[in-house]
Amino acid sequence: MPVKDYIRERFFPHIWCSGCGHGTVLNVLIRVIERLGLNKSDIVIVSGIGCSSRIAGYLDFHTMHTLHGRALAFATGIKLNRPELNVIVPMGDGDALAIGGNHFIHAARRNIDITAIVMNNRIYGMTGGQYSPLSGYGIFASTAPYSSVDQSFDVAELAAAAGATFVARSTTYHVNEAAQMIQKAILHKGFSVVEIMSQCPTYFGRKNRQGDAVDMLKYMRDTTTPIGSGAKGQNPELIERGVFVNKELPEYCSAYDEVIRHAMEGR
Amino acid sequence: MGGNLKFVQGNEACVEGALYAGLDFFAGYPITPSTEIAELLASRLPKTGAKFIQMEDEIASICALIGASLTGCKVMTATSGPGFSLIQEGLGYAIMAEIPCVIVNVQRGGPSTGIPTRVHQGDVNQARWGTHGDHAIVALTASNHQDVFAMTVEAFNIAETYRTPVVLLFDEVIGHMRERLVLPEHGEIAMVERLKTSVKEGVDYHPYLPREDGRLPMSDFGGVHRYNVTGLYHDMWGFPSDDSDVVDGLLRHLMDKIENQAAHFPKYREFYTEDADCLFISYGSAARSARHVVERRRRLGERFGLLELQTLWPFPHDIVKEKTAGARYIVVVEMNTGQICQSVRLAVSRPERVFLANRIDGVLITPTDIQRVIRLIYGKGF
Ligand SMILES: Cc1ncc(C[n+]2csc(CCOP(=O)(O)OP(=O)(O)O)c2C)c(N)n1
Ligand code: SF4
Repeated sequence: MPVKDYIRERFFPHIWCSGCGHGTVLNVLIRVIERLGLNKSDIVIVSGIGCSSRIAGYLDFHTMHTLHGRALAFATGIKLNRPELNVIVPMGDGDALAIGGNHFIHAARRNIDITAIVMNNRIYGMTGGQYSPLSGYGIFASTAPYSSVDQSFDVAELAAAAGATFVARSTTYHVNEAAQMIQKAILHKGFSVVEIMSQCPTYFGRKNRQGDAVDMLKYMRDTTTPIGSGAKGQNPELIERGVFVNKELPEYCSAYDEVIRHAMEGR
Repeated sequence: MGGNLKFVQGNEACVEGALYAGLDFFAGYPITPSTEIAELLASRLPKTGAKFIQMEDEIASICALIGASLTGCKVMTATSGPGFSLIQEGLGYAIMAEIPCVIVNVQRGGPSTGIPTRVHQGDVNQARWGTHGDHAIVALTASNHQDVFAMTVEAFNIAETYRTPVVLLFDEVIGHMRERLVLPEHGEIAMVERLKTSVKEGVDYHPYLPREDGRLPMSDFGGVHRYNVTGLYHDMWGFPSDDSDVVDGLLRHLMDKIENQAAHFPKYREFYTEDADCLFISYGSAARSARHVVERRRRLGERFGLLELQTLWPFPHDIVKEKTAGARYIVVVEMNTGQICQSVRLAVSRPERVFLANRIDGVLITPTDIQRVIRLIYGKGF
């Protein structure tokens, strides 16, 4: 199917700035869904609030644009009652890990079969460039005019520690790799997290003198490396890309079906 | 009838009502004095193939409810004071996106952690105005277990009819007290099932285009119609819009569907209201004490009456105005600093007739407490 069959043209033009990485994620997601041959009516997209979360409305699936940080909780209610649907939750970094941090770790802990895509631009885009829990020490933001003294999370480590059974990372520069990660995540049965490092040239780029979108993409190319590469040995600062966790544990909806079976047998 | 007679806590009566109404999904977080509702449903729901989940907090609980409701489920959560505060954000979303759901608040003393194991009716105005922005809300209450059951069923019916969240405001005394409950047979109380769209696959479905009677047929998530749901102001497709006509029209629709239907569903009970010289207005456990005083005074030949409110919001303005018309004195009996008393004063003619008999120390207001106020109004001898 052509890309335009997956989007709601009525919803366009989109709200994103030119050069924003979120559009790349939209594109990658559509290509993965096409490649997997998924039926449009079997997909639910649940998003929170932020520039990234606007992705939901653009897609011609069952879409829900919810509250800042709460998308995974809404998605849990949907998935548990319609386990046969593919539930995908695109999230901003602030959305996923500041206000939504609690829902994030608990969705991971339950291992409910939802795919969370964290579109990490290390800033609050929608509200105008405040620092996020992913900005990190020494980053400039509208609320860190003297540079941030907040340490950051590593999304992948956090997700793995919380119990996610599939965890991967890629960037908007590495689109083919990003597509592979998202594809594996959608096929994985259990809670999967894919962090896609993304660029916000409008705020992060400008405030941190990283140049325009192309410069930021090159920066992601140069500061990341595949897991286990020799480059990491020489330069420990490099951020690793690839699949960090891929394991099987009882999935929440299937486990609850067992509860129902026991209860019905009167045990 | 024997098999249908139970001796239960109010919280269990609520559970029975919810199951009678066809509850499919419960999400909650434990909090006194509502916890028994979650515990009972954790056991009862899976027996019928329905689902229970304990979420990480009350914010997540209301959000999970909304998601589940969109898949076609009848949904409920139960909480108390602090949890009800956390629910407000999601409650606003359910109002805006017009998602049927039932929220039980078994009230305890506040503010803050307050007094978890004691009774208060301090959340009446929070139920009305707890979530931000202009909006309308439905809140019901009850003073005995048969009515807890009936109001719970009614809450589901209103939620489905008007595509709205409904708040059930019980209180600690009602929640924990044990009393008899007669379970009606299935079919004895009419149930409102979800109105589903008749629009065929491939034809443009408008999730937010009301029919002539104001109702909005729904389509389950996962069904043949793919649409958008948002907490932003939105058009008939559910697409965000900041067009001033769309904003004005939607807010008016959200208010009207509740406020203008108010005349159709205020629930109340009345005892000797026709000729009452002194009319009590009360609700929840406080109404039990008020009724006690009324019965005693009637036995002495004195003209006391009680209007027991079961619909608190939208406030039954017309009923209160009508029933109080002939009374010399109106005494509002409640366990807060006068939250319903305020609304009564606005509803009645000559508001100087309205007095408050209250208690705010976590102890159920007694007939003696009420008598004391009567004596102040009528003077010595009473
Ligand atoms: C409860 C609540 N608090 C704050 C906001 C304001 N708000 C909207 S989006 C946002 C942050 C968005 O940043 P992020 O999640 O990283 O996504 P991005 O816009 O960068 O894609 C904030 C703070 C809100 N909508 N709701
Ligand atoms: S502000 Fe940043 S995140 Fe938001 S659309 Fe613009 S570039 Fe993208």
